[in-house]
Amino acid sequence: MEKLVAKNITVSYEGANIIENISIELNKGEIVCLLGVSGVGKTTLFNVISGLLNPDEGRVELDGRDITGKAGNVSYMLQKDLLLPYKTIIDNVSLPLVIRGEKKSKAREITANYFKEFGLEGTEKKYPYQLSGGMRQRAALLRTYLFSDQVALLDEPFSALDSITKDAMHEWYMQVMDQIKLSTLLITHDIDEAIILSDRIYIMAGKPGKIKEEIIIKEPKPRDKNFKVSENFMKYKRHILSIL
Amino acid sequence: MKHGATTLTEAFLGLTIGTVLGFIIAVVMDHYPLAYKSVYPLMVVTQTVPTVAIAPLLVLWLGYGLLPKVVLIVLTTFFPIAIGLLDGFRSVDPDAINLLKAMGANKLQCFTHIKLPSSLSHFFAGLKISVSYSVVGAVISEWLGGFYGLGVYMTRVRKSYSFDKMFAVIFFISFISLLLMSGVTLLRNAVMPWDRKKN
Repeated sequence: MEKLVAKNITVSYEGANIIENISIELNKGEIVCLLGVSGVGKTTLFNVISGLLNPDEGRVELDGRDITGKAGNVSYMLQKDLLLPYKTIIDNVSLPLVIRGEKKSKAREITANYFKEFGLEGTEKKYPYQLSGGMRQRAALLRTYLFSDQVALLDEPFSALDSITKDAMHEWYMQVMDQIKLSTLLITHDIDEAIILSDRIYIMAGKPGKIKEEIIIKEPKPRDKNFKVSENFMKYKRHILSIL
Repeated sequence: MKHGATTLTEAFLGLTIGTVLGFIIAVVMDHYPLAYKSVYPLMVVTQTVPTVAIAPLLVLWLGYGLLPKVVLIVLTTFFPIAIGLLDGFRSVDPDAINLLKAMGANKLQCFTHIKLPSSLSHFFAGLKISVSYSVVGAVISEWLGGFYGLGVYMTRVRKSYSFDKMFAVIFFISFISLLLMSGVTLLRNAVMPWDRKKN
């Protein structure tokens, strides 16, 4: 079932197209990666889908409803974790509920229920600077989830982490996703990450950016640790490298 | 000591009004680019006029009472606060604003959740300057005319050549300024707990 559809999106800036005629779709419960080099327009596409930017052409639909240029429908996690330094973790995470008009105390109450599931228990009253990079990322992810449990856009969510923490986060992430079944579009320029996490991969390339190919990763989920060093994994990776 | 109390009242009144005024000006200027372009140069000009020069004019227009002193203090204290806040508003991370917009936040929510709290350290830096300005401003304006106040007392002891008393007053004024400034630091730590723990 199609959850989110972006049809024929074109965005231009000062006369030149940045992305051209991009169509992607996201099914319910799927994790789909957008893979491509920096500057190919992945973030621009996300800005369109999230409603921050109006496309020159094309439309975005959520459950068949037109949400082109309308913010607040799908949740968006930007490259930086953007936890506000002056709010405690619980206030940071409950921010989307407060923005939606929930009372602060009620928002905290709702949020507190998720802390265990996201491995954040004990951090409620701490400030962001007291947390490690991995924990901050978890908090940012929980905030994204509370913002919308429909569709999440994650812009390079793990790129700021060291590779060991990253592996741990991937494992944790797949576990959580298995429980909450959040439909996710994820930007990355890490090929391994894309293969490990996603059900499908869209490869973006060129100038202006276009979808070059769609790759389906036919591996059962959750994937075990050995997948990363398996022959299948290498096959996917070789294929992707040959396209890029 | 009646003189001290008068000076402090003036400083307090002037500082309060100056702070509120600085805050309003900063918000308006941040919100309307046209206001920024038109008011900013005027604001800078108000600061180039020497305080000592306008103080007697204010006495002339507004009399020997409390009013001219308060006006002078407002003129000197609103500036650091307005500039500090404005700087703070403008240095906000645009991605943080984008994040809130993506959540569907309106302008007011962007202001209360992002702009205001992240400008607090700028605000307190401005307030620290303004606090010391307010005391000095009060004394200067009293020098040039008035019935009570540390400035009036200073002119009297100067005229009677009691320089010991004059030094006493100078130290007293410095002491009050220092006290008020540490008060601002305490207030800052109370309002911004995340910042204190970091240091």
